[in-house]
Amino acid sequence: MTTVTTIAATGALKLSWLLLVFPLFGAAVLLVGGRRTNRWGHLLGVAMPVAAFVYGVVAFFSLLGDTDRSQDQHLYSWIPVARLQVNVSLLVDPLSICFVLLITGVGSLIIIYSVGYMAHDRDRRRFFGYLNLFLASMLLLVLADNYVVLYVGWEGVGLASYLLIGFWQERPSAAVAAKKAFIVNRVGDASLTLAIFLMFSEFGTTSFTGVFGSVHSGGSGVATALGLLLLLGACGKSAQVPLQSWLLDAMEGPTPVSALIHAATMVTAGVYLLVRSNPILALAPDARVAIAIVGTVTLLFGGIIASAKDDIKKSLAGSTMSQIGYMFLGAGLGPAGYVFAIALLLSHGFYKAGLFLGAGSVMHGMDDEQDMRRYGGLARYLPVTYVTFGLAYLAIIGIPPFSGFFAKDPIIGADFSEHGSGGWVLGICALLGAGITAFYMTRMMLMTWYGKSRWDDKAHPHESPSVMTGPMVVLAIGSVGAGGFLIINDRLQDFLAPVVGVPPVSHGIFTVAGTVALVLALAGVAIAWLRYGRLPVPVMAPAGRFLTVAARKDLYGDAFNESILMRPGQWLTRLSVYFDNRGLDGLVNSLAALVGGTSGRVRKTENGFVRSYALSMFFGAAALVTLLLVVRL
Amino acid sequence: MSPVHYVSLAVILFVIGAVGVLVRRNAIVIFMCVELMLNACNLAFVAFASMHGNLDGQVIAFFVMVVAAAEVVVGLAILMAIYRARRSASVDDANLLKY
Repeated sequence: MTTVTTIAATGALKLSWLLLVFPLFGAAVLLVGGRRTNRWGHLLGVAMPVAAFVYGVVAFFSLLGDTDRSQDQHLYSWIPVARLQVNVSLLVDPLSICFVLLITGVGSLIIIYSVGYMAHDRDRRRFFGYLNLFLASMLLLVLADNYVVLYVGWEGVGLASYLLIGFWQERPSAAVAAKKAFIVNRVGDASLTLAIFLMFSEFGTTSFTGVFGSVHSGGSGVATALGLLLLLGACGKSAQVPLQSWLLDAMEGPTPVSALIHAATMVTAGVYLLVRSNPILALAPDARVAIAIVGTVTLLFGGIIASAKDDIKKSLAGSTMSQIGYMFLGAGLGPAGYVFAIALLLSHGFYKAGLFLGAGSVMHGMDDEQDMRRYGGLARYLPVTYVTFGLAYLAIIGIPPFSGFFAKDPIIGADFSEHGSGGWVLGICALLGAGITAFYMTRMMLMTWYGKSRWDDKAHPHESPSVMTGPMVVLAIGSVGAGGFLIINDRLQDFLAPVVGVPPVSHGIFTVAGTVALVLALAGVAIAWLRYGRLPVPVMAPAGRFLTVAARKDLYGDAFNESILMRPGQWLTRLSVYFDNRGLDGLVNSLAALVGGTSGRVRKTENGFVRSYALSMFFGAAALVTLLLVVRL
Repeated sequence: MSPVHYVSLAVILFVIGAVGVLVRRNAIVIFMCVELMLNACNLAFVAFASMHGNLDGQVIAFFVMVVAAAEVVVGLAILMAIYRARRSASVDDANLLKY
């Protein structure tokens, strides 16, 4: 249970709204300004996130020098009605400042890289506008001090990702991928709204302090329900099983977008939501088990997909799913794992952005070729990309002293001491995942950089301009150092302790599980070398066995969704249309036909002959008089 | 003097008028038959007024006459218009307003 008290913002933190204003201003100018901003649009698009990052650094050091490390800046009352008070306030605390630095820092590097990558795109200005919108939404998400404002950012991220995945909207595949990402995200969003409704009906408030302060009064049932709803919401944004299917198709967007979605924004939102909601999860052990299981399933799921894909970006996408799975697993462990989930998230932000930007650099030099079977021997042609990609590779597979080793192994180690005997299952799966990670990443390295060249004679691989290699170098430095910096001396742990608590047991840096993970990773490297380093890589993909075929088709995720959800939905709509046409419309239409037919016959009495009218009047009058006489008598 | 004779005469006149309205085609004859029916009613009103010894029936009879006069003015005007347009005064020929 956290005992941190939130105070009103002081000093530099009073200006925390600047974080939102910079990228929002950039997005507004670039999107509203239209073509006349084409010439200098990218410069503004770069300047705004960098300005936000500079402010973020100032805010970080101001927070570091302060004893009250949870400061809330009230901006205005958004929904002040009777029992519902929703304020737009920005909460700067150790957790949110970590995300702010990641989002603006890695985000700025990716945006600088985009200047080079998108140099020849006719819509570069629009692209930078969307990127700024993406960053602004993500910053609102992490800075919100209540769930409703968080939800606004959450939806903004969904919108921006839709716009960016479908950026090349003239390609049908990109348009479909964008819609898919949006629709799958809606499922998670619906779950998050239900969680917010439940909070309001149970606690009468949606602010973090209000909900966390009264969650223990709601009983474990409410806490578990909230935990599970938040989990499903997080699954949508973070592409965890069962809402994982959009992430692989999201590779249709430009490569910097993939880097941004996978490293700095979007998929990290789910992890943030869960870690932020740690007081709820503390009272819901069942929900934590569910989170850990989802994470474990996804980390294997993503790893298997990544091992079979020949498309370098899709393989990296599978890898992201797998890494986020580790973060969910960490979050599912409770206080023992939150810190390491965030540590992994931050270091993953560096090395995954580095890997994606590296992949983008390779594509830039290879005429947008994405098939790794048509790469090979590129190390000579793109030396800077090769070195930065290689450092990120060493970080992700967890070789000490690179980032992944420090950040991932504590999660694996903590598995064995949490959740009883089930923890052993989770732990063994996580160990296996470490081996798979090493396998697919080594496969990617070997297929791309080593061996014989397999590309067409038309391709002329060349190193990217320095505006692209610069960010890659910075990210590579982060991939090398971030994990060690955060974990050694418990730096991140002490910093985050007021928000997420302290792990009950300290496992130290070198654990048994970590050593086993290292051995398994080396085994994965060895297997990958035996299959892709020692033997030549065929240009045409071999048929493969059952698991390979399944993994190439995303382990039938789409087939599952289509057969279980889409087809029954279509049948239901067809049945409803049939029932509407034949049932409801039939009833109404036959009633109308009855009235119409009757009136068609009755109107024949209006024949135009005055004397027949007179006769009927006469009979009518006679009948009336007779009736009067009868009634009176 | 029993009112029976007056009422009997009124009934006979009314029936003659009603039958005329129903069977004749010439609009002017139909008009005359309508007048006959109105006057049969007037006769009955006046007879009953005399029998009861008050003036109510006689007053009604005057009202009927006024209305009948007005009706004749409007009706004959319409009739003249129809006759000019169609060269016929038969009510069966003016049968365009129908289903």
